[in-house]
Amino acid sequence: MDEKKLAIIATKGTLDWAYPPYILASTAAALGYEVEIFFTFYGLQLVRKDLSGLKVSPLGNPGMPMKMPFGPDWFKNISWNIPNIIQAGIPGYESVATALMKKTIENNGVASIPDLRDLCLEAEVKFIACQMTVDLFGFEHSDFIDDIEYAGAASFFDFAGETDICLYI
Amino acid sequence: MSDFDDELDASGLNCPLPILRAKKALNGMDAGRVLHIIATDPGSVKDFEAFAKQTGNELLESTEEGGKFHFYMKKV
Repeated sequence: MDEKKLAIIATKGTLDWAYPPYILASTAAALGYEVEIFFTFYGLQLVRKDLSGLKVSPLGNPGMPMKMPFGPDWFKNISWNIPNIIQAGIPGYESVATALMKKTIENNGVASIPDLRDLCLEAEVKFIACQMTVDLFGFEHSDFIDDIEYAGAASFFDFAGETDICLYI
Repeated sequence: MSDFDDELDASGLNCPLPILRAKKALNGMDAGRVLHIIATDPGSVKDFEAFAKQTGNELLESTEEGGKFHFYMKKV
């Protein structure tokens, strides 16, 4: 069968939003798609050598359930309804939320972001970083993994124009 | 169904890992060989059907037994 093509624009740089591009890209590659991800703006965080800075923030996110990933069932089932204004005032709140999210991810047999990224690279998903935003945010090429090319909008369209599926995440 | 050539236990793994592991296992197999996949992710039932449809590999059987899902995938 003809090889299908998928293009993704990854624009978000948080732990939770790192999942959709990497899950879809790795799965599409497993299905035989030729895949390209264009990382721009905060999406550049997903191609840094060091991914430990990826965090999840419950701030301004009323859709995020907050349950504890450990302890007895009655404790795990509590939904912690902490008002945003209080969350905003607690130092280190995002680090705690991130640690809890990582534990929840592990408990559910969900792959880590570094693992999913490696699976994408292994499956020859092509990574392109937006050079304009690299400059804009003061990054160096040495901040990013080696398996990446640097280009601009025109080269994104070169590939995207021929794709079957094109996603903006 | 009990005849298979290779086995992959993807128990406890969640989307998309069972599919990715299965793809990797099939890559290392000869055409016509059968891979037995065990998974616990309920989403994998639909996903392996979709995987077979899109890759051309043949899903010979899909069953559930005691909370575990068993798939027999013949490599195209």
